[in-house]
Amino acid sequence: MKVNVKMYLSLFRIRFHRNLQYRAVVLGAIIKGFFWSLMEVLGYIALYHANLTGFPMELSQTVSYVWAHQSFIVLFTVVFADGEIYSSIRSGTVAYELVRPSKLYGRWFCQSASNRLSFALVNCLPVLLLGLLLPKPYSLTLPSSQAQLILFTVSALLALCVTVAFAMLMYISLFYLVSQRGIQMMVRVTTIFFSGGIIPLPFFPDPVLRIVQWLPFAAMQNMPLQIFCGSIMGTVAAKGICFQIFWLTILVLTGRAAMEQATKKVIINGG
Amino acid sequence: MRLYWNYFLMELKSQMQYKISFLLTTLGQFLTAFTSFFGIKFIFSRISGIDDFTYGQVLLCFSVIMLSFSIGEMIGGGLAVFPNLLREGELDRILVRPRRIIPQLIVPNMDFSRLGLLLQAVIVLCIAVPVSGIQWTPQKALVFGMMIICGSVIFFCLFLMIAAFAFFIIGSLDFLNIFTYGMRQFGRYPFSVYGDTILRFFTFVVPLALVQYYPLLYLLDREDSFLYMISPLLSLLFLLPTLLLYRIGLRNYKSTGS
Repeated sequence: MKVNVKMYLSLFRIRFHRNLQYRAVVLGAIIKGFFWSLMEVLGYIALYHANLTGFPMELSQTVSYVWAHQSFIVLFTVVFADGEIYSSIRSGTVAYELVRPSKLYGRWFCQSASNRLSFALVNCLPVLLLGLLLPKPYSLTLPSSQAQLILFTVSALLALCVTVAFAMLMYISLFYLVSQRGIQMMVRVTTIFFSGGIIPLPFFPDPVLRIVQWLPFAAMQNMPLQIFCGSIMGTVAAKGICFQIFWLTILVLTGRAAMEQATKKVIINGG
Repeated sequence: MRLYWNYFLMELKSQMQYKISFLLTTLGQFLTAFTSFFGIKFIFSRISGIDDFTYGQVLLCFSVIMLSFSIGEMIGGGLAVFPNLLREGELDRILVRPRRIIPQLIVPNMDFSRLGLLLQAVIVLCIAVPVSGIQWTPQKALVFGMMIICGSVIFFCLFLMIAAFAFFIIGSLDFLNIFTYGMRQFGRYPFSVYGDTILRFFTFVVPLALVQYYPLLYLLDREDSFLYMISPLLSLLFLLPTLLLYRIGLRNYKSTGS
């Protein structure tokens, strides 16, 4: 077990350094994140201007939500640039992975998680900082108490795991299906919309929300972002974290079983 | 022309070969646009309007921009391969052929799954037109047509411009997406809601407001000056800097060899 942890940690380190290599890409991502959030914030301010009380979240909460969403976006993206995994399935090099003395599910899970985490660490802090520096209506507000910050951290880690666990199911489905692009697109659309990537989930009409809040997507970015901006607090937040653990367990168990099935039957197009 | 037509048909046929893949991708495109539509619908179920535009008028902006984007991207989206062509020296092969360069790049890289986006935009348009409260006249219909056509041209220019940047910058240009996908996103509201500075940016730098906000005022009878009516045509001036950038880039082009 100890060996395993060390191996996964070094996998993470390698990835982190690799992502840091491309400074221009990082700078570009920061600029884009900043302006994208700013435009969204301006849009929301205009909306609140039309009706200050009609929305389920306060303006400052929504603004923080937008900033946090853009800052952590990479962390909670299901369809992210995990190019190596996609191409290893398509080209058949996955066969090499199978002979390695570690479980494929763990390896890929770790690889995807560290891919997101390392990219987000470099990209997200600057955007958050820029968001803090702006004047009042446009600026980001940090969580009000330490307890809230801790809840956010826990929830964010769980959301990352749920996101990756869901992505794993998608990778596994690619063993059976040829159209990678089609599947990626469908998964991207569904996960972004139902996890609060277009508009925060509380903005959904109540009848829709009643269903959507139980889906696994609600256990993704929705939870940590709502905790971050203070729209859910205390026991509600704690319940949310339990909800995340529930879905994480289900997704990981299904994923491992499915992986077992898939690798048993995998046919490598040799050459 | 015959040549390009054949090229076009060949490409269409080859994309149709993988039917399920094609359908899934098209459906994905369709749903992508659908979720943004629902985003707007959900928000406007709580409020009646933004600034002094109603839900129907916002939808009209949304569909005009979406329609322009999908046409522009269907034609110009393939230019995204341009940086790769440069890196691998493939552009040299194209340069030596005795035909124009841009069509040679565009036609083989057209992506027909964008039809999903187009279809969605048309549907939203059909929802938006009756509730937008516009009194239609032949002139207005003409202006409306110009909005969409000129909008497509601008989006095409944006794709071409980003591709042309690859002449000057080696490396990933992903962040420039904010000028294509971002514009599609932000164009869902009339550009005036973002404040004067932003509106000026979208008037004089990236003239998308000229195909969206200003002609909309004309359609709604809030402004009836000639300038507002022909504002979409003015936006075509954007072609000049785009082509200039492309020309300069091409002239300074040095092959990477290999």
